[in-house]
Amino acid sequence: MNRNTMRSSIGLAVAIFILSPSLACAHLVTTGMGPVYDAIGHLLLTPEDLVPAIALALYAGMRGAETGRRAMFMLPVAWLIGGLAGSSINFATSLPIPAVSFLILGGIIAADLWLPSSAVAGLAVMLGFVHGFLNGAVLKGNSGVTALLGIAAMLFIMAPIVSALALSLKKPWERIAVRVAGSWIAAVGLLMMGWAIRLRQ
Amino acid sequence: MNKHILRVIFPVITVLYLLSPEHAFAHVEQGQAIGFLTGFMHPWSGLDHVLAMIAVGIWGAQLGNPAIWLLPLTFPMLMALGAMMGLLGIPLPGIETGIALSDIFLGGVILGEIRLKMLLAMLLVGFFAIFHGYAHGTELPPGQSGMLYSMGFVIGTGCLHIIGIAIGLMHRWPAGRLALRGSGAFITLMGVIFLWRAVG
Repeated sequence: MNRNTMRSSIGLAVAIFILSPSLACAHLVTTGMGPVYDAIGHLLLTPEDLVPAIALALYAGMRGAETGRRAMFMLPVAWLIGGLAGSSINFATSLPIPAVSFLILGGIIAADLWLPSSAVAGLAVMLGFVHGFLNGAVLKGNSGVTALLGIAAMLFIMAPIVSALALSLKKPWERIAVRVAGSWIAAVGLLMMGWAIRLRQ
Repeated sequence: MNKHILRVIFPVITVLYLLSPEHAFAHVEQGQAIGFLTGFMHPWSGLDHVLAMIAVGIWGAQLGNPAIWLLPLTFPMLMALGAMMGLLGIPLPGIETGIALSDIFLGGVILGEIRLKMLLAMLLVGFFAIFHGYAHGTELPPGQSGMLYSMGFVIGTGCLHIIGIAIGLMHRWPAGRLALRGSGAFITLMGVIFLWRAVG
């Protein structure tokens, strides 16, 4: 057996081992580094929360630096307050809230709707509170508050970065690309709404 | 151990490893990643859909700004509306016919380089998008995430539009214009075949 064949065989064996389903013990996000990082992982791996947060950050950035700054401060704070409220109140809803967030934020971005700075801040508060509330409702327990702090911290870092990216987009086609992404988010929201209604029927 | 034995042992071990059932702890786990991939691949799975979505991008590129982005912006949203109609069980007659007609229409406007008023173009593209969404947006395999399937489906559709736009950028060269019109003729012809199959 020559070197190349040996290398190929070992490479193949390693690839098979890596791709083998034996390691697929899927579970909720557990980083092993504590509730803060678990919560960060949860946010980054949960499109229901991540996409609306990114959409809001993009929209706020498109509206200018001042609007972006205000909204990006409001979002994590409202998320944290909503989370604390959710973890202390027993409330369950079957409303497709993420679908509504997708639809509203995606629609606003796609239409490039002009909203005053205060309205964008209000939107950030509403989004943060509602999604935080839903997070809080499932994070009840000893590490709930710590986990919520992790989510808020991640939002505080991530949202301004995304917002700054949107703010830096000056060429017309770049803004159009964001609007197209908004239309996709709205379309996903519509589909999610459809799935939610279908599941109820 | 000589070289020949090694050559035999490696493939045997590999095959045994692949076939060993004790390692297969496969499960659905709400089908997160699979849901996205299934949705993403779905728009690519039917030639009638692929042609229509690419045609939207080509027509938009032919028409130039703002159609180049307004048409691909309209299509996914109205397609999602069509899928929602399907999910809610709202009846829509002649789905396959509508899809075939969309190919004929879009191929025809590319062939003729027809410039309609922007609103009318958006309305027509949106109208046909409803049929595409109704037919394919609701086909979620059991056990997979509806949301990630939807995301994959919309992004897959968007990618087809982008391919169409990229093809349509040939419009700036005389030979490219001719090639685009040729592609319009091809799409129309395929649409006629799809219509034949739909009504036949």
